[in-house]
Formats: sequence, C-alpha cells, structure tokens
Amino acid sequence: MRVTVRLFARLRDITGAPELVKEAAPGDTIGSIWRQLVTQYPELAGYERSISSAVNADYARMDQQLRDGDEVAFLPPVSGG
Amino acid sequence: MVATPLLTIGPAALAIEPLVAAIGGNAGADGAVVTFLGLVRNHNLGRAVTYLEYEGYEPMALRAFERIDAEIAARWPGVRLALHHRIGRLEIGEASVAIVTASAHRADAFAACRYAIERVKHIAPIWKREFFEGGDVWIEGATADPDDARARAEAERVACA
Repeated sequence: MRVTVRLFARLRDITGAPELVKEAAPGDTIGSIWRQLVTQYPELAGYERSISSAVNADYARMDQQLRDGDEVAFLPPVSGG
Repeated sequence: MVATPLLTIGPAALAIEPLVAAIGGNAGADGAVVTFLGLVRNHNLGRAVTYLEYEGYEPMALRAFERIDAEIAARWPGVRLALHHRIGRLEIGEASVAIVTASAHRADAFAACRYAIERVKHIAPIWKREFFEGGDVWIEGATADPDDARARAEAERVACA
C-alpha cells in the first residue's frame, strides 16, 4: 500500500520536498514511516522528541497503524500566532 | 456578498471589523466584545526582523481552531469565538492573527480571547519563518499535542490571571 507524507517548515527544508509517497506494509505505523524517513534523511533524527504527527489532518499517535491512501503529516514544533 | 466565516486560515489580509460583524450581537444579549490582533514585530530576540513567512497545514489548522472553539464553549459556556489566521509573506506591522470573542460579560470574553491565542500557539499546525538582517530561521515553539492537559491548564491559568 501507499501513503502520502506531508512535511512542513524546517522538515520540508531538510527533505527538500513538501510531499513524498512511501510504500508501506500492512501493520506499518506512523512511527515506521518516520524511521524510514530518518534513515533517508539523518538530519531529521534531531526532531525525534519534538515532532507531532497526524493522519488525514487529525492529530494521531506514532503507534497508529496506517491504511492505503492515508495522508501522514509530520509537524515540527509549531509557531503560529 | 459571501458571509465572513468565523474560523479561517488563508492568505487574505486581516481586519477586525468583519469578524465583529460576523460574530454578531446575539440579539442584544451580548455585553462585551473583545478583539485581539497579533502583529508582525520588527524585532525578536535581539534580531532586526525584516518580514515573516507563515506556513500552515490548512485543513488541520482549521480543525485545531474548531477544537479551540469547543474548548472555549466547554470552559466559558455562552462565549462565541471568531478566529482568522493569515499565511504567506507578512510585512512588519501587518496582522498575522485576528481573534474576537463575544459574551454577556466582559470577564469571560477577555479570558476566552486570551485563551484562544495561547491555544493557537500550542496546537495550530502553523509555522513562522523569520527573515532578519543577516539570515532567516524557522521559529519552533511548542511541540503540538492537543491532549496535553498541562498545556491546556497553563493556557487557562494565563487567561484567568
């Protein structure tokens, strides 16, 4: 199955792409996708403790399992206002 | 004419008056309307800021605003909220966020307005990139977690101080 990954702010600068498509296996979680990304872009490792994540534009925990077509987002610490 | 939505995020310039009009007078039952505008400041942490760029995950930001609206309705029953956040390039002095609360009594309207901006800073998936003389930097504030009860309690504490 495939999921779309959205990246914002400095995470997007690190990866050079606002959006990536990743292959995922049944049982894969948000955390699995994050670990794939960190392997591909080691600079992301510094965000391990400070990112938030979302699935289909709703906050979700890293252990949430993914379904085909999900949109996963990784959010660095926010600074709106 | 299209009605002004109560909660939005987008590139359009912000103004308070349309929000005040949109939130309405509650058929005469309101006793207070509180307004807040957040502005782009020309200095930050000793740096001379030249402009800011705001980026948002728009559909999720809108849901965060709805969550803030629901939190306010639970904490201050009867208070109504309007909240607009701007994204894109903003110059010094321009408004990045506009918040209006309305209530029968001023205390609740003031508290809810302050609470709303604190919660935007906690849980809205929005980021600002600061351009200053000599460089630029993404500003990273709070790790966003809407279920963090401590952050929510802290927002309520400053709102009611």
